[in-house]
Amino acid sequence: MTTSGYATERETTEGRVFTVTGGDWDTVTGSIDPLSNEKIVVNMGPQHPSTHGVLRLVLELEGETVTEARPVIGYLHTGIEKNLEYRNWTQGTTFVTRADYLAPLFNEAAYVFAVEKLLGIEEQITDRARTIRLLFMELNRISSHLVWIATTGMELGAISMMLYGFREREYILDIFEETTGLRMNHAYFRPGGVAQDVPASAIKKIRDFLVYMPKKLKEYEAMLSGQIIWQERTQNVGVLDVTGCLSLGVTGPVLRASGLAWDLRKTMPYSGYENYEFDVPTAQTADVWGRYLVRMAEIRESLKLVEQALDKLTPGPVMIADKKIAWPAQLAIGVDGMGNSLEHVAKIMGQSMESLIHHFKLVTEGFRVPPGQVYVGIESPRGELGVHAVSDGGTHPYRVHMRDPSFVNLQAIPAMAEGALLADVIAGGASLDPVMGGCDR
Amino acid sequence: MSVEPNAEPAGANLGAPAQTPASPDKGMFGIHGTGDVSGFGGLVRRRPANADSPRPFGGYFDEVHDALEEAYPAFADAVEKVIVDRGELTLHIAPEKIAEVCQIMRDDESLRFELCSSVSGVDYLGSDNRRLHVAYHLTSLTYRRRVRLEVAVAPGTPVPSVTAVYPTADWQERETYDMFGIVFEGHPNLTRILMPDDWEGHPQRKDYPLGGVPVEYKGAVIPPPDQRRVYQ
Repeated sequence: MTTSGYATERETTEGRVFTVTGGDWDTVTGSIDPLSNEKIVVNMGPQHPSTHGVLRLVLELEGETVTEARPVIGYLHTGIEKNLEYRNWTQGTTFVTRADYLAPLFNEAAYVFAVEKLLGIEEQITDRARTIRLLFMELNRISSHLVWIATTGMELGAISMMLYGFREREYILDIFEETTGLRMNHAYFRPGGVAQDVPASAIKKIRDFLVYMPKKLKEYEAMLSGQIIWQERTQNVGVLDVTGCLSLGVTGPVLRASGLAWDLRKTMPYSGYENYEFDVPTAQTADVWGRYLVRMAEIRESLKLVEQALDKLTPGPVMIADKKIAWPAQLAIGVDGMGNSLEHVAKIMGQSMESLIHHFKLVTEGFRVPPGQVYVGIESPRGELGVHAVSDGGTHPYRVHMRDPSFVNLQAIPAMAEGALLADVIAGGASLDPVMGGCDR
Repeated sequence: MSVEPNAEPAGANLGAPAQTPASPDKGMFGIHGTGDVSGFGGLVRRRPANADSPRPFGGYFDEVHDALEEAYPAFADAVEKVIVDRGELTLHIAPEKIAEVCQIMRDDESLRFELCSSVSGVDYLGSDNRRLHVAYHLTSLTYRRRVRLEVAVAPGTPVPSVTAVYPTADWQERETYDMFGIVFEGHPNLTRILMPDDWEGHPQRKDYPLGGVPVEYKGAVIPPPDQRRVYQ
C-alpha cells in the first residue's frame, strides 16, 4: 500500500486504479505483482500529453510494449459547424479560423473557396487577392511546421528545439499581426477576397524573413539531423506505408514520407498554384524520420513559393468588384483605435441614402448564396482539409462540414503504436502533427 | 439619508420566473415574419435542384458514370439520381447498396477511388420522409478525380457501413452517428465520438432544440439563436 502524498489508489470493480501525477512511477509498479498482473491499462491524458491539445490515449501495456491503443477525442468540441448555421456566410470565417488554430488561414481558405464555388465567383477573384491568399497560406504552412518541429523536439527530449521553433514562428505571427491585426484567428480571408490589403511594412518584414529563415533551418538541421538520440527516436518508429495511409485516410506529410507525392497543390491545383514552381518533397522511409525530412523540405519549398508570390504581387483591388458581395468600406484604424472609414461614413451619412441601406443590408443580413452543395479540398500543413458546404439559398450556411486532417489522421495511432514501445507512441503520435482544435472542431 | 436594508430596487420583481415561456411568433424585438422591411425579403427560397442532370455530364463525369454502370450489374437499382452541379458529380445511391457501390468504386480499375476523403451528414428537415443524407466524398489518386456519393434515409433506418471498404470511414461514420443519429450497420464500434458518451439527442439535426440564455434580469431571457430576429 502506498502512503505517498502523490499517488493514490482505489479498488474498483475493474481492478485497482492509480492516479499518477509524475515522479511516483516506482510506487505504482512496486505495488503491482509482476508475475500475476502483467497487463496494465494506462490512461494517457486527457490533459496535454504534448502540446497538441487535449487528447486522451487509453493504452494497454505488457511491460513496456503497447498491446492496444485507443485514442479518445472530443474534449475540444465547440460546435463550430453548428454555430455556422446561425451566422451569415461572411461571419463564418470568424468561426472556422478557430478550428485548427495552428493553421487558421487554411481553415479560412477552404471555407471561402467553398463559398465562392457555391456563388460561382471563383473567376472574379482579383489577382492580388489570390496572390495574397497563397502568400499567407505558405507563411502559415511554415509557422505550422515550425510548431511541429518545436513540439516534437520537446517531446523527444530536444528541449532547445522548442525555444528555437517558437522564436521563428513569432516572426511569422508578427507579419500576420501587421496585416490582419491578430496573431491567430485572423478572419482575414473573406468570401470575395481578403479583408485588408497587405501594408508595405509587412512586405518588408516578409522579405527580411526570406533571408533570415534559411539560416535558421540550417541551424535546426545541424542540431537534430546528426544527433544520435534524434535518429534513434525517429528512425523505424511509427511506420505507416502508402497502403496503410490511404486505407486510414492519412494525407499530407505523413503520406508523402511514405513515398507517394500526393499534394493537392500539384495534383488538384487551386488559387493559382499551377503558376508557381515548387517541388513536392517525399521520403521513402515511412517513419517519423521521413516525416521530419519531408516537413523540413516543405518549409524550404514554402519559402520559394513566398518569394515567387511577392514577385507576382501587383497593385490592384483585394476584394471582388461585385457590390452585392464585397464589403462596402475599406476600414482603417481611426484615432480612437476603432476600425472606421471616414470617407465612407461621410458618403453614407451625407450623400447617399441608398449606400447606407445597402451597407446595412449587407452587414446585418448578408448576401444570399444559390442552393446546392460543394466540396473543396486544399492541402493544409497536416493533409487534406476539406469543406463540404450546403446552401439552401439563404444568407446562412445550411450545413458546413470540415474534413479536418487531424481528425482523420489520428485514426492511425493504433496502427502505429500497437506492438511498439510506450515511448514510441509519443514519437508516432507527434509525427502525425494532430491539432485537437481542428480534430474536435 | 438612511437606506433600509434589504430594500427592493424599484421595478424589480424578484418573484418573476427566470425564464418566460417562448412565444413562437414573437422574437427578441417583437418582430413578426422575417423582420425584413426592405421590400426585397419576399424572395422564395428554392430547394436544391432535384432533377437528374442531362447527358452528357461533361468532363470525366460520363466516364465515371459509364464505368460504374459497366462494372456494377445492379447499377439501375442502386443509382437513384445523377446530379452534376458546380463542376461536381453526385451519384444518389440507394442506402442498402452503398457499401457494394463503394467496393466497386475502389476496386474497379477504370474507377480506382482509393481514398474516401470525407463522410458527412446533412439533415434536410422538411424535404421528404428520407430527410437524413450522408455524403461520401471519394478521391481517385490514379485519375485525380473526385465524386460524391449520397444516400438518403428516414430517421431510424440504418445505412450499411463502408468501413470494410474504407477503414478511414470509421471515425467519420461515428461522427455522423453522433451528430445526426444515423446508424451504420456493420460498423465495428458505433459510439459517440465528439459529444460525451451520455449525451442525449443528436445536435446537428435541424430539429434539435437550441438553448437560450436566462439573464436573470426581470425575468428576461436571451432566446435561442433560431428564435431570434433573423434575416433568413
